[in-house]
Amino acid sequence: MTTKLLTALLLGTSILGSAGLAHAEDVTLNIESWRGDDLAIWKDKLIPAFEAKNPGIKVVFAPSAPTEYDAALGAKLAAGSAGDLITCRPFDKSLELFKKGNLADLSALPGMENFSPVAKSAWQTDDGKASFCVPMASVIHGFIYNKDAFDKLGIKVPQTRDEFFAALDKIKADGTYIPMAMGTKDLWEAATMGYQNIGPNYWKGEDGRAALIKGDQKLTDKDWVAPYEELAKWKPYLGDGFEAQTYPDSQNLFTLGRAAIYPAGSWEIGLFNTQAQFKMGAFPPPVEKAGDTCYISDHTDIGMGLNAASKHADAAKTFLSWVASPDFATIYANALPGFFSLNSSPVKMEDPLAQEFVSWRGKCKSTIRSTYQILSRGTPNLENETWVESANVINGTDTPEAAAKKLQTGLDSWYHPAK
Amino acid sequence: MAAQTRPKRPFRWHIAVFLAPAVLVYTAIMILPLAGTLQLSLFRNVDQSQVFVGLDNFRTLFGDPNWSVNFWNALRNNVWFFIIHMLVQNPVGVLLAALLSSPKLRFSAFYRTAIFVPTILSFVIVGFAWKLILSPLWGVAPHLLDFVGLKSLFTPWLGKEQYALTALSLVSVWQFIGIPMMLIYAALLSIPDEVIEAAECDGITGLSQFWKIKLPLILPSIGIISILTFVGNFNAFDLIYTAQGALAGPNYSTDILGTFLYRAFFGFQLQVGDPNMGATIATIMFLIILGGVCVYLFLIQTRLRRYQF
Repeated sequence: MTTKLLTALLLGTSILGSAGLAHAEDVTLNIESWRGDDLAIWKDKLIPAFEAKNPGIKVVFAPSAPTEYDAALGAKLAAGSAGDLITCRPFDKSLELFKKGNLADLSALPGMENFSPVAKSAWQTDDGKASFCVPMASVIHGFIYNKDAFDKLGIKVPQTRDEFFAALDKIKADGTYIPMAMGTKDLWEAATMGYQNIGPNYWKGEDGRAALIKGDQKLTDKDWVAPYEELAKWKPYLGDGFEAQTYPDSQNLFTLGRAAIYPAGSWEIGLFNTQAQFKMGAFPPPVEKAGDTCYISDHTDIGMGLNAASKHADAAKTFLSWVASPDFATIYANALPGFFSLNSSPVKMEDPLAQEFVSWRGKCKSTIRSTYQILSRGTPNLENETWVESANVINGTDTPEAAAKKLQTGLDSWYHPAK
Repeated sequence: MAAQTRPKRPFRWHIAVFLAPAVLVYTAIMILPLAGTLQLSLFRNVDQSQVFVGLDNFRTLFGDPNWSVNFWNALRNNVWFFIIHMLVQNPVGVLLAALLSSPKLRFSAFYRTAIFVPTILSFVIVGFAWKLILSPLWGVAPHLLDFVGLKSLFTPWLGKEQYALTALSLVSVWQFIGIPMMLIYAALLSIPDEVIEAAECDGITGLSQFWKIKLPLILPSIGIISILTFVGNFNAFDLIYTAQGALAGPNYSTDILGTFLYRAFFGFQLQVGDPNMGATIATIMFLIILGGVCVYLFLIQTRLRRYQF
């Protein structure tokens, strides 16, 4: 195994490293990306739109496979053969590139003022002084529901937690539908669609997240344990054998019309629109009492930065300013429903489900996933542990308090915020 | 007698020349990476540069509870994985081989092929197929149990902490049972007819013939199979990764050394890979396997009786 892995690694880097991109004459910008799925959108929509406005600059979108992206990019940057524009993963992976001097400082880039501090937080130094990637898109968490099922059972869209559980009880009593489509086999569903979905309402979004990073709050505090207590209550509403239900299983259960509610991320919209034969709606995570401020996870996911070694830095900056503009946001958000532009100027979207999701930005406060910034740098890794413990809580292996205590102990072992 | 000096033989270049291709290839793809791994485990990344730290990484692995708890858990699981293989795969493999070598069995070529086929399947296919078979939603397992009225026995095995590892071990047994079967089958066929006839003349037939004549003759093969199983199991990774993912859920209950190494070396999700700690785990795996093989070679194999015909 050791030797197999290593040989594979060596071979991989040598091939990818040598596959550097040839620079053509004048100004051709190459984009490094892991979003191979978006190739058609870039080629047919985004790049022509940019080239029409900026003659003399050619842009080539050159994606690699998601699992290879980070390693391949690292090798190319080291060899000096990486593209001019680099698609940024959120937080530490990109921060590391910036610290190594691979990414240029973009704080002064025209267009950066179009983004809110939360949007920029994924691509900033810890002190927030330097930004190094233009935020492109985020994904929003919430619940997608089967409208036909709700109509048939006479259920109103739940606003509060009590209504939410009353609706689940009603669906369960009726028996036609599985109340909620979620499994714990792949672990991350429980953490991402469960804990990070409903959590912000408890820990008050950015306030709680910032306090956690500062060390003023702990994961064992009431606000951070309460989401686990709610998750533990989900168990009876999940399908038979949810312990071995995988993420694709959950997606299929819902799109086949066998489940009524799906704890979701907005990235599902594209797929669900093509697969589901019924009408769908969405609601944000329910709050405690009607009228409470609601908080949603509006998680920054993709950005774009400038290779510090680029020979065409000026042309690349022109391109990045365009990426920061509302023009880009409109094309991108409509081509990929569910990946929402982070631009402050509202983007007009055609898809009703996507519109519903993005409308929550108006009435709720946005935050990002609590484990992503700074807190997942050490060993044990807080994000991974959150996956495991969230699944444990739903499976009943751990009590909410025990799970929170394990997470906090793990975090305490390496994270010592300066007080 | 006068000391006769033989004319000095010229250096036999052809030996070196003929050995060279194999030595070069083996060195390049096996020895160098192995040495590289051992070297990597002695370094640590401090401020973007590799610094020699001696055995510090090993101290972290065994001394820091954040690492050691996971390591011992992975090792325990790995030992259980191996025990299941030794208790199920090898005895059943011997049994199948004994049945196949029986001259009265019809269609033995068909059975032999059918049982061997899973061995050549890709792990990805095996992992995915079994995930589907055992799926509580669309799997055939619940329905099949329903047919015989045992539906109540069904649980989502792969999702339950107490069953997942055993279930996956059995899947792995299912996949690899062809190998002990084939090796033992070959060993059984190579037993000369004279020996069997002599046994029959002495009145040893049937089961006692198997226990007293055939089994001692195939013991060396069983030893080889055991060591192959040992090496294979402690290097295992693929099946767990395809069926349970890199976090080897639920609650790390299926985490074996291979998956633990993978997470440390390459990282996972937000966890940034740490090649140095990964190499440390790889080194320990190497030592475990080396130790096991040495025990076999020096303590067991030398004591096995061999029969010359």
